[in-house]
Amino acid sequence: MTEKPFVDIRHAQKSFGSLEVLKDINLQVSRGQIVAIIGPSGSGKSTLLRAINDLDPLTGGEVWLEDTQVNKKLPHRQYEKHINQVRQDIGMVFQHFNLFPHLTVRENIKLAPKMLKGLSDAEADKLAEEQLDKVGMLERIDYYPSQLSGGQKQRVAIARALAMKPKVMLFDEATSALDPELVEEVNLVMKKLAEEHMTMIIVTHEMGFAESVCDRVLFMDQGVVVEEGPPDVIFRNPTNERTRNFLRKHLANANK
Amino acid sequence: MGLDFSVVPKYLDVIFLGALWTIAITVAAALLSFVGGILFAVIALYAPKPVRLPFRAFEWLFMGTPLLLQLFLIYFGLVQVGIDLPAFVAGVIGLGLHFAVYNSELIQTAILAVDRGQMEAARTLGLSRGQALRRVVVPQAVRDVIPPIGNNMIALLKDSALVSVIGVAELTLSAQLAIGRTYRPFEFYVVAALFYYVINLAMEAVLRRVERRIQASR
Ligand SMILES: Nc1ncnc2c1ncn2[C@@H]1O[C@H](COP(=O)(O)OP(=O)(O)OP(=O)(O)O)[C@@H](O)[C@H]1O
Ligand SMILES: [Mg+2]
Repeated sequence: MTEKPFVDIRHAQKSFGSLEVLKDINLQVSRGQIVAIIGPSGSGKSTLLRAINDLDPLTGGEVWLEDTQVNKKLPHRQYEKHINQVRQDIGMVFQHFNLFPHLTVRENIKLAPKMLKGLSDAEADKLAEEQLDKVGMLERIDYYPSQLSGGQKQRVAIARALAMKPKVMLFDEATSALDPELVEEVNLVMKKLAEEHMTMIIVTHEMGFAESVCDRVLFMDQGVVVEEGPPDVIFRNPTNERTRNFLRKHLANANK
Repeated sequence: MGLDFSVVPKYLDVIFLGALWTIAITVAAALLSFVGGILFAVIALYAPKPVRLPFRAFEWLFMGTPLLLQLFLIYFGLVQVGIDLPAFVAGVIGLGLHFAVYNSELIQTAILAVDRGQMEAARTLGLSRGQALRRVVVPQAVRDVIPPIGNNMIALLKDSALVSVIGVAELTLSAQLAIGRTYRPFEFYVVAALFYYVINLAMEAVLRRVERRIQASR
C-alpha cells in the first residue's frame, strides 16, 4: 500500500476476563477500500469491528482513523468528549437494526444531526429526505419502525448512519437477521455505497456478496487473522488449511 | 328513616365544586407523579452515590409509610420548620411525591429492560450517555409503562379523598359538608361515589387514547 492507511488497527488485543478474543490483530484500510471480515462464530469478528468505534474497548493496541487515534488515553471526561466526536465519523450498522422504535423514520434520522451538528429542523428534514431517497425509503419517511419489514428497517438504519456523513461505515452482519428474500435490497444499497467509494468494513457470512463487492477479505479464526487477500484468492485459492475448511463447511451449509 | 334523594339537587353545586377540586388535585398530582417518577428513576439508577443513598431513604419514607401520615407531615409538620403550605398545595405535593415513587419503580425496571442495542446505536451516532438516556432510552422506558402508570393515576384519584382530612374541599369533604347539613350520609356518599366513578371513566378513556396513540411506536 502506497497511500497512508485511512483506518489503521495496530496490534489490537482484547480479553474478556481470562478469555483472549483478539490476539495481536493488524488491519490497514485505505480510503475508499472495502474490506470483508469472515470467519466462524466466536472468532472475534464483531469484537474487532466494535473496537473500531470503541464500543468494545481494546485491552491493547491502537485504532486510528486518519490522523486521530480513536482509543487514545485521556482522563475520563475528556475521553468521553473525544470519543463522541470520533464516533460521528464512524457509521455502524447492526444485525438487529437498532432503530429507535419510539421515533418515526424521519425522526430516527434527524435526531443525531440535529443534536450534534446543530442543524436546523428544516436542514435536518432535507438531510433525512436525501438519505432516505438514496436507500429507496423516502415514501416511508413518516412510518414507525414497527411498520417496516426487516429489509426496510435495515435500509433506514443505513440512512441514519449516512446522515452523519461518516468517513467509514462498519457493517456487522447487516443481512443475517433478514428473511432470504429481503437480503438483496440491503445488498443493493451497500453496493451503491461501494460504487460511491465509501470506505467500508463488512463482517458477513455471505461469501457471494463479499466476493462481488470487496477489495480485500480477511479470514479470522480464534482471534487471529489467519489469511487475507483479494477475494478471488481467498475464495478460490486459499492457501491456509483453516480457511479451506471453513469455506468448505460454509458452502456445504449454504447448499443444504 | 328511608332514603330520600330529593335533598340532593339543592347541594349539587357544592358537590360539583368538590368534584372540580378533586379533578384539579388529581391532574396536578398526576403530572407531578409522572415528571417526578421519571426524575426519581434517573436519580435512583444513575446519580452518584452521595445523591443516590439519601434518595433511597426518601423513597423508603414514601413507600413504607401511610399516605395519610405523609399528608399530615407535609401540611402540619412542615409549618414547624417555617414552610406553611396551602392545603391544596400540600395535598398535591403529598399525593404527587407518593405516586412519583411508585412510578419511579416502574420506570426503573423499564429502563433496565430497554434493549442494550438502543444505547449502543445512540452512542455509535455520537450521542453522549446522558443524551442517549434522555432522547432514546428513557422515552422508550416510559412509553413501555404507560399502562401501569395509568393504573397508578387512577389509584391516585381514589386516594385524593385523603386530602379531605387536611381541609381541601374536594369531593369527599363536600359530601361530608352536605351530610352535616342534611344528616343524609347514604344519599350523599352514593352521589359522591357516582362522581368518582364518572371521573374514573373519563381518566380511563384518556388513557386508552394515549395507549392507542403510542401503539405504533413500540
Ligand atoms: N461482552 C462479552 N463478554 C464476554 N465474552 C464476550 C463478550 N462479547 C464477546 N465475547 C466472546 O468473545 C468471542 C468473540 O465474540 P464475537 O462476537 O466477536 O464473535 P463473532 O466472530 O462476531 O461471532 P458471530 O459470527 O457468532 O457473530 C466469543 O467467544 C464470545 O463469547
Ligand atoms: Mg458477530
